[in-house]
Amino acid sequence: MSRKRLGTLAWAAGTLLVAFTMFFPILWMVLTSFKTENDAIAFPPKWFFTPTFENWRVAVFGGPVLEFMGNTVWITVASTLLALALGFPAAYAMAYYRTKRTDGSMLWMMSTRMLPPAGVIVPLFVIFRDLSLLDTHLGLILLFAGMNLPLVVWMVTGFMEDVPFALIEAARLDGATLWQEFTRVLLPLLVPGLAATALLALIFTWNEFFFAVNLTTRAASPLSVYVSTFKAAQGDLFVAKMSAAATASVIPVLIAGWIAQRQLVTGLTMGAVK
Amino acid sequence: MTTSMIQPKRRRRIGEGRRFLSAPAIVYLILLTQIPFALTIYYSFTNWNLLRPGSAGFLGIGSMFRNYQRILQNPDFWQVLTNTVVLTLSVVLVTFVLGMAFALLLNRPFPGRTLARTLLISPFLMMPVASAVVWKYLLLDPAFGLSAWVSRTLGLPAVYLVERAPLASIIGIVSWQWTPFVMLILLAGLQSLPEDVVEAARLDGAGPLGLFRFVTLPHLRRFIEIALLLEIIFVLNVFGEIFVITSGGPGIQTTNLPYQIFLEAFSRWNIGRASAYGIFAIVLANLAVILFLQVVRRARQEEGR
Repeated sequence: MSRKRLGTLAWAAGTLLVAFTMFFPILWMVLTSFKTENDAIAFPPKWFFTPTFENWRVAVFGGPVLEFMGNTVWITVASTLLALALGFPAAYAMAYYRTKRTDGSMLWMMSTRMLPPAGVIVPLFVIFRDLSLLDTHLGLILLFAGMNLPLVVWMVTGFMEDVPFALIEAARLDGATLWQEFTRVLLPLLVPGLAATALLALIFTWNEFFFAVNLTTRAASPLSVYVSTFKAAQGDLFVAKMSAAATASVIPVLIAGWIAQRQLVTGLTMGAVK
Repeated sequence: MTTSMIQPKRRRRIGEGRRFLSAPAIVYLILLTQIPFALTIYYSFTNWNLLRPGSAGFLGIGSMFRNYQRILQNPDFWQVLTNTVVLTLSVVLVTFVLGMAFALLLNRPFPGRTLARTLLISPFLMMPVASAVVWKYLLLDPAFGLSAWVSRTLGLPAVYLVERAPLASIIGIVSWQWTPFVMLILLAGLQSLPEDVVEAARLDGAGPLGLFRFVTLPHLRRFIEIALLLEIIFVLNVFGEIFVITSGGPGIQTTNLPYQIFLEAFSRWNIGRASAYGIFAIVLANLAVILFLQVVRRARQEEGR
């Protein structure tokens, strides 16, 4: 074997070891979710054990996890769609109808994303209370749509700038309306970009905790709130059941992120490469 | 509004009105951010406490800054502020070093690279409160956590890290979550480095270190800046990990500004005081961004000299 090949193999082994170490806490969570409660707190820790689905049956499928997951899915999907619906036309204006104020508006939009949630939580709570939005899906959907809107406008504008304006002009000569420009010309070309945008918005919304815990109590609470208070709702032995609930809560985003790694990178580096 | 724009006689002006398509998004953001912001300022000048009905009064011109005065006179506030800054700076430093190292490891073809990248990005995808419960109950628990077993095996005394070094524990866990974020951005930067530039530097006799210092790092500058700026903004707002792992304690050793605001607003229900703290959080976030951009600009100027 050549020295170069040996070097590559050593590099691979070292990197995989590092990667496995970083991943280990997640693996341990998944493993623990298949242990009995007694195995889960055994000392020394049990590396080999007879897997049980009891925790998943009790804590996930029989417990309230599915209900909270329903809240999370509904809030996440609706707020992302709303952000896209508001952000898409805005991006169209920013990409194709630049005025001398466009750059300023864009910068201002991005600056709203820098506003610390803790800085505005008090008035939001009061407003939500007065409008009866506390502990409602609608309240969180409206809020999270706004939270992701700057990101959506920023990213979609970037993707639209890559679409030649000539394509749109050609469609106009054929008599296309604005709606047809959106749906027939731009949407098909922007599917990968919109997927990258939606993915980032979905991750941020799915995992959000601060607004969720302060603006909901039970009916509209997403998974993050449930996971954070899991221990309090259980008896003495809860570690395995908690692992099952936590695993169920993170699996959808983990898998989505794994499948869409390329889109994830695109989304995160939009700012750096533009 | 748009229908009049596409009437035949006005077709030449098509699009003139379309620049206002950004209006709904802008109005939405104004409603959602500027009204609460203005209200935060207003509430910070009141003595409103939800536990005292009828207390929603303006403090009066003479004593309108009372909430701010109380906060500045409170030694706890300086501790909380220090915690926030230390937490953010430490996480940025740790994740930058690790993220850069991991990106360099991945920036070279080898069997299993996709698997390694998949494993490495996973902590970033984890729900922060789920990470928090995993670290607290499965890994760091003094009785049955994995760390207890590891230290026992190595013959070290078992310590409860969260109790012994609470802020460092939080820093470590938050860093674990944010390292993949920095890594991904830097990796994209590394992969956009043109091969011929690297080749040319090699031909000029640059070693691996020289290559990194004089070719790779300058190329990565924009990527580093964006990664660190976004990270500062996000880490200043860390909340879920503290909520789950330490509840800000012991004492106030791990209380950062967001957690302090949470306590003030939702356990003491002191709307006025919490709002004043909120203003401090907003000022701190802006200061951090301005300072960061200042540092970036200075570095650029020195480079240009």
